[in-house]
Formats: sequence, structure tokens, C-alpha cells
Amino acid sequence: MNGSGTGPGVGAISFRDVTITYDGSDTPTLSGVDLEIPEGELCVVVGSTGSGKSTLLGAINGLVPHFTGGTLAGEVVVGGRHTSDHQPRDLADVVGVVGQDPLAGFVTDVVEDELAYSMEQLGVPADAMRKRVEEMLDLLGLAELRSRALADLSGGQQQRVAIGAALTAQPRILVLDEPTSALDPTAAEEVLAAVTRLVHDLGMTVVMAEHRLERVVQYADMAVTIEPVGPLPAGGVRTVRAGGVAERLAHSELAPPVMQLGRVAGWAEPVLSVREARRAAGDLRERLAGVAPGGPTAPAPETFTGAGTGVDTPGTNGSGVDGPGVNRPAVNLEASGIVVTHGVRGEVVAVSDVDLCLAPGRVHALMGRNGSGKSSLLWALQGSGSRRAGSVALGGVDPGGLSPGDARRLVTLVPQSPTDLLYLTSVGAECRRADSESGADPGTTAAWLEHLVGPVPPESNPRDLSEGQRLALAVAVQLAPDPAVVLLDEPTRGLDHLAKERLGATLTDLAGRGRVVLVATHDVEFVAQWAHDVVLMAEGEVIACGPAGEVIAASAAFAPQVAKVMYPQPWLTVSQVAEALGRGGRR
Amino acid sequence: MLHPGAWWIWALGMATAASRTTNLVLLALILAVVALVVAARRGSAPWARGFKYYLYLALIIIAVRVVFRVLLDAGAGTTELFTLPELPLPEAAAGIRIGGLVTAEAVVSAVREGLRLATLIICIGAANVLANPKRLLASVPPALHEVAVAVTVALSVAPQLVVSAQRVNRARRLRGDVGRRTHVLRDIVVPVATDALDRSLMLAAAMDSRGHGRARAVSVATNRAITLSVVVGLGCLCVGTYASLDATLGWALAAPMLGAGLALSGVGLVLSGRRVDITRYRPDPWSWPETAVATCGVLVAGAVFWLAGNDPAAINPSPSQLGWPTAPAIAMCAVLLGALPAVLAPRLPETALPAGRLAHP
Repeated sequence: MNGSGTGPGVGAISFRDVTITYDGSDTPTLSGVDLEIPEGELCVVVGSTGSGKSTLLGAINGLVPHFTGGTLAGEVVVGGRHTSDHQPRDLADVVGVVGQDPLAGFVTDVVEDELAYSMEQLGVPADAMRKRVEEMLDLLGLAELRSRALADLSGGQQQRVAIGAALTAQPRILVLDEPTSALDPTAAEEVLAAVTRLVHDLGMTVVMAEHRLERVVQYADMAVTIEPVGPLPAGGVRTVRAGGVAERLAHSELAPPVMQLGRVAGWAEPVLSVREARRAAGDLRERLAGVAPGGPTAPAPETFTGAGTGVDTPGTNGSGVDGPGVNRPAVNLEASGIVVTHGVRGEVVAVSDVDLCLAPGRVHALMGRNGSGKSSLLWALQGSGSRRAGSVALGGVDPGGLSPGDARRLVTLVPQSPTDLLYLTSVGAECRRADSESGADPGTTAAWLEHLVGPVPPESNPRDLSEGQRLALAVAVQLAPDPAVVLLDEPTRGLDHLAKERLGATLTDLAGRGRVVLVATHDVEFVAQWAHDVVLMAEGEVIACGPAGEVIAASAAFAPQVAKVMYPQPWLTVSQVAEALGRGGRR
Repeated sequence: MLHPGAWWIWALGMATAASRTTNLVLLALILAVVALVVAARRGSAPWARGFKYYLYLALIIIAVRVVFRVLLDAGAGTTELFTLPELPLPEAAAGIRIGGLVTAEAVVSAVREGLRLATLIICIGAANVLANPKRLLASVPPALHEVAVAVTVALSVAPQLVVSAQRVNRARRLRGDVGRRTHVLRDIVVPVATDALDRSLMLAAAMDSRGHGRARAVSVATNRAITLSVVVGLGCLCVGTYASLDATLGWALAAPMLGAGLALSGVGLVLSGRRVDITRYRPDPWSWPETAVATCGVLVAGAVFWLAGNDPAAINPSPSQLGWPTAPAIAMCAVLLGALPAVLAPRLPETALPAGRLAHP
């Protein structure tokens, strides 16, 4: 759908030479933004964490600067209205906004009341309200959920209710801030299907910020990338560039796997979806028929007795100076018959009779839809979570029987919201405290943090850091005691491409030094790139456990894009294909 | 689903009746009636689950009252129970006595007062449990809409704080912090409060984006009329209340002042409601079950008041009256009238959790 040539419509957005500066900061966050989004387009906003995506989206409906403070120079016109003259509440019938955490934006308790809230505030007559609520329930597939409590819904259902609640005011523009980051692949598809139906059937303009581009790129009409103005270091001033999706992402490392595959295989036309890629990949499949893909390298068990370092440096893989507690024998993680229940009388079974045996030296991924018991299992393995039955043995020791301080040297867990771990007011104080409570050398945590995410000013408040930096700090804190087993619960949520690369490299490094690494995640591409083994859970039980190539390559829900394109060949990532083509492509 | 106002009128009627009597039998009967109605008509929604905490609170109140009475001022009456050692106090505290003689009359009087207060609290607790407070807040006149929204949001904060504190506590175990001396303020309060602040900002942004707080333009004359009527009305109410409590001025001044004050404040409320352009989605209707339930509460209160005027010795027995507590049959029948809402009010549909849903960590 070509976006050029249509004049400004009711659903058009236009930014003219906009510069946004927050209070207390001397450099602008965004500078010289010139952007025209015509009516009826699905526009994807692309940029790394902390680069100003949320600022751009907030400026569309006037939250920046009316709600957040700061200075906005230039003009933002949405649906014919200037945001300088209108407060966000006056634009509610033109722009609908869905934030990152839908549960935090809910005002009422029940689905039906939530859908009606916006109309109540706008003074819509009662019978019109009733009609619109019924239509919205049908449009988004929420009809049988109408009297359910909002807190009882799944993530995908909550996201759809949030979208419906923003739409009942009948705006022409919908703004979504990372709608699928917390959702499993199937729920993400549901939400994206609903959004594309809005664009195609109702002609709405949708502006969406998303890190996991592989999910949205095929539906998008235009892409807006946020880039540094000049050759400035990270944290400098940024501006935006808009254009067609293929054009904007042609040379970017943020491009989804199908586009990167096209580059590697040398296809003439850029491809955006799995279907287009499959059509173009015919001779690629022929070239690579019979070639075995190399997996993420799993070091043999003999290589990790000895030289682990207390301070990790990139590039020197374990050959540095011996640190404290380093000659740790590798331990197996063995769990049998684990049962975890929630609720007052234990009526809700989260984990049902799970047996696991995880070998050291490999990165294991735990996948499954939301609510399948992944988090409960991780907490039970760490020992802090309540376990109704079953035993956990890490090298023969049960972490549940140890004191928290001792258990920490054996196994650590990075929880789903890493900010729960952080309560001091400066990054430096957190690092020092982590060193002292783990018995590690001073500077260990700070070194881990720098290795993960680059230099972070030690006097900054952890709450002011970006998502990736906060996660890196939490991971650094949990790696300080050099535990034998490292568990991570959904670490990739909200991380951009670069941060995920660094996290994946760190996990591989840890596995290479003989630790057991278990990551619970939804991110299929991350698993394909970095995990050796995959454990699939559903309804509290383990339904599949094996090498990543076997478990996820043929799965409809959990297969990465490259696997879908190259089916039935067992390729998982673009780097595997590139390496095989570099090797000559033939046996 | 019953209109929340009906439950509140019933509960306030029972509370008024309880405040008028100190007869142990009547108070216990009121308590039993309220508990019966709650058990019969409480729903399974989250806000309906806290009734047992009100019962614990009631027991604590009775116990605290009795203990304080025994320790501080238990000498009235003639039937001695036991004697506590008396603490010597300086001359300045001449009127206070700690310890000393404890009589049965004092203890029984303390139990009566405590039970009365406990019954009041349980009646209010029953209203909170039977009627969704948020739907009650949605029924306020449009002029008070913003205040009602603020209270609604505040009501959701408390359970959020509890969930947040549980999460933070679990995370502290991950850092090996349990078992050492806990800096409660730093370790728990700061993360929970920061989380609450972040969530409230997100909620405020969401509400602002959805149109909360729009005001309709109203003429200058109307604005002046609103200010005048509210200020003068409140002034009249103040004067009328003072006059009704003062013995010399009497009801001749109080009644017209109170009437005028109420009328003017009502006018101000209606006029300022015009500034707010809010409609309500499917408001709760008021039909015969609501009227019946509300009437039960009012009748019970009226009956107890009338009986207290007619037969004060039975309804408010004097402290020197020991022996088995009794109550006139007619009073008991009047209180039992308050149990009718258990059958008059419609039964709530069961909202079951979906099978196999797992709690978020």
C-alpha cells in the first residue's frame, strides 16, 4: 500500500521540525524531526532502547510535553489538531494510546467497564455506549470475557482489552508501545492480527514501537528509524528517518532474520515475510541440501576444570587470572518429581511432576506459553519458591535446604522484573553491596556490568537507567558470587538487538566456563541463536526436551524464521547459513 | 446485582440500631443477623473476601477495651472480683489510678461498650463486603466525580502494595538478605513505594489519554451562582448544627437554618454537576429489591430507637444490673427483621476462575 500522494486526512500525523528536550537535560532527546504519516498506514518505529521511541510516541498524543514536562519546539499536528493547543484528554477522540504494561493502565476491574470508561469520560449517550461496547467485544474476540476481572486475564487478552478500551472512543489513530514484548508467540500473533484488521478493515492509522521486528515487518507499510544526528556516542542527540520498510532496514543490523537471509543469499529483491522468503529460497535450499548446520559451539566437559576468571573480559575466554572460588567442579542440575501449587489450599497446580536433568557447559532454554509454569519451576529450582513435592539436587546439594546466603553461591536467579533486586540509590552502591554480600573481590560486579552493557556512570540511580542497563545490573549482581547454576526468567523482554547480543554472548561464556545456564524466554530468535538445548513446557509439564535443532525447528509456534523458510532442512539462524555458504555450500 | 446504596442504607440502619443499645443479647443478635446476610449474599469477587478481618478486628476491640478498663478504672460497683497491685503515681496524676480493685460491674460495662463498637464496625464491614465500593463511588453526583475517582484509584493501591511487597520480599531472598538485620525502610519500603509511584504515573497517563478530566465550559454567571450557593449553604449548615447542639437557641433557629443550608448546598451541587460531561454505562437500577432491603434497615433502626425511648431499662441496662442478660421479645423480633435481605436480595452469579489458570509469580 503506497503511502505517498494522499493528502492530510483525519487520521494523518505530521511532525514539522520538532525538537524535544526534557527538563533537567541540556541535550535534546529528539531533534529536527520531520515526519508525515498518511492516513491508514501501519507504521513501525525502530530504534535501540532509550533512544527516544517512547518520546516520539508520547508526542503524538500530547503526553509529551503536557504530561511529562519538557519543551517541544516545532509543530505536531494529529487529525488536524495541534498538540500545542490541545491537552491529551482533548485528543482522546482522535488518538488512542496503549502503553507497555496494559495492567498498569486499567482503571476499572471488569472488562466491560474498562471498554466503556473512555466513552463515559467523553459523554457519549448511553445507548451509543452499549452498541460500541458490543461491537468492540466482537471485533477483538472478547465476547466471552466480558464480565471477567481484568487481573485474571492472560497477557494477550489484557493487551486486546487495552486496545479495545482505547478504540471505543473511535479515534482514527492508534499508538502502541511494544505491544508484544511480554507475550508468547501465539498471543503476539493474535494481537497483531487484531491490529492489522483495524488497519485494513477500518482504515485506521497505527503507529507501533517494537523491538522484535520479525513479528511485524511483514504487516508494516512504513518504518521510522531513530538514528544519531551525527557521529556522536550513544546518548547523543537523535533524529528520525522515515520510509518504506525494506528501504529503511536494508542495511541495518536490526533487520529481521528473513531480510538478513536475503542479504546473505544475495537475493535481488528484499523480502519481508516468511512466504516471500520461501518463494525466493528455492535454489538456496538446493545449494544447502545435505549440508549439516554447525550449532552454537558447546565445549566438551573436559575444558572447564580450572581457569575461570573472577573478572571477565571479552575475547579472553577463560584464560585470564584465576579469581576466587574458581576451581569449581561442574555440577549437574537434577530435579525429579517437582510439584508446585499456588492458592490457599493448593488448588492451582503450576508445575506438575517435572523431571529435569541439565548438563553443565550448555545453554538451556525453557519455553512455553504464558502460564505454563516456567517461572514457578525456576523459583522451585532456586530453592526460594515453595515446593509441594519433589527434590532438586545441584551436584547432590538441595538449594532449598541451604540458607539464602549459601544458596546464592550455588544457584542464583534473575527474576522477571529485575528492579525488584535493586533498592540502593546508586549503581556504584549496588555493585559494592553485591560484592560484599557475595564474598567476591571488590570490583567484580562493576566489571560484569561493564562487560555486559558498557560503561555506566556509578553515581546514576538504577531507576533512571534504560531497560537493558537495569537488566545488566541485575545480572551482574547475580553473577557476583560466581554460582554454579544461573537461572534467568524472561531476561529478553524490552531489550534491543545489541543488548540481546551481549546477553547471549555472556551466557555462552558462562556455559563455556562450566556453569549450568537455564533461560526462560519467549524470544524464539534468541533461543535459536544462543541456546544449545530447549525444554518445552505446557500446563505445568515438560512436553519436550532436547537439542534446539530438534525441538524447535519443526514447531509451528516456536520455530525461528530461518527454520520456517528452509523447512524441511534443520537451519535455525542466518549465521549458520552464512557460515555454510562460506564453507563452500557443498559437501 | 443490588444497587450498592441499598446495602449501605441497610448496614447503616443496623449500625444505628446497634449504637442505641448496650443490651448484650440485642447486640449479639444484630451481629448474628449481619453475619447471616453476609454469608448468604456475599459474592465471590475479590473485594468481597475480607469479612473475617473485620471479625478479628472486632474481637481485638473488645479485648483491648476490657483490658484497659481493668487496668485503669475498674472500681465502680459493689461486686468485687479480684484486686490488682496498685501502681503509685505522682501527685500530678491524682485522678488516674492504675491497678487496684476490679469489680464485675466494671468488667461487664466494658464488655457491653466493646461489643457495641465491635458491632458498629462489623456493620460497616458488611456494607463494604456486600457492595462493590467502586460501583458506589460511580453513583455519586457528577459534581463529586473527580473526588470519587481519586478514592477509587486509592482503593486499588492497597492490594497492589501488598503484591508489590511480596515480590520484593521474594527478591530479597535471592540476594541472600533474609536472616540478617533488615533495614525495613530501605529494603522493602523504598522499592515498594517506587513501584507504586511508577504505576500511578502510568495510570495517570493512561487516564489522561482516555479523556479523564474534560470540563465543559460554563457561563460566568453560573460559576458565580455555584460559588455563592455552596458557600452560603455551608455557612447555614454550620449555624444550624451549632444551634441544634446549643441548649439556649434551640430548634427554632436550628431547623430553618439546617433546611436552608441543605437546600442551597443541593442547588450548588446540581449546578456544578453541569460542568462535568460524564455519562454512565449501564448504571445499577433502583427497583423493589433495593427499596425492600433499605426499608428493612430503616425499620430496625426506627424500632430500636422507639423501644429505647419506651423501655430504657431493657434496651440500655444500667451497669449495676448483673445476672443473665435478657431482652424484650419485641426488640428481638425487630432486630430479626434485619435478616430479611438474606432472602430479598438477589443471589449473585458465581464468577469462577477458569480451570487451570496459574497465578502470575
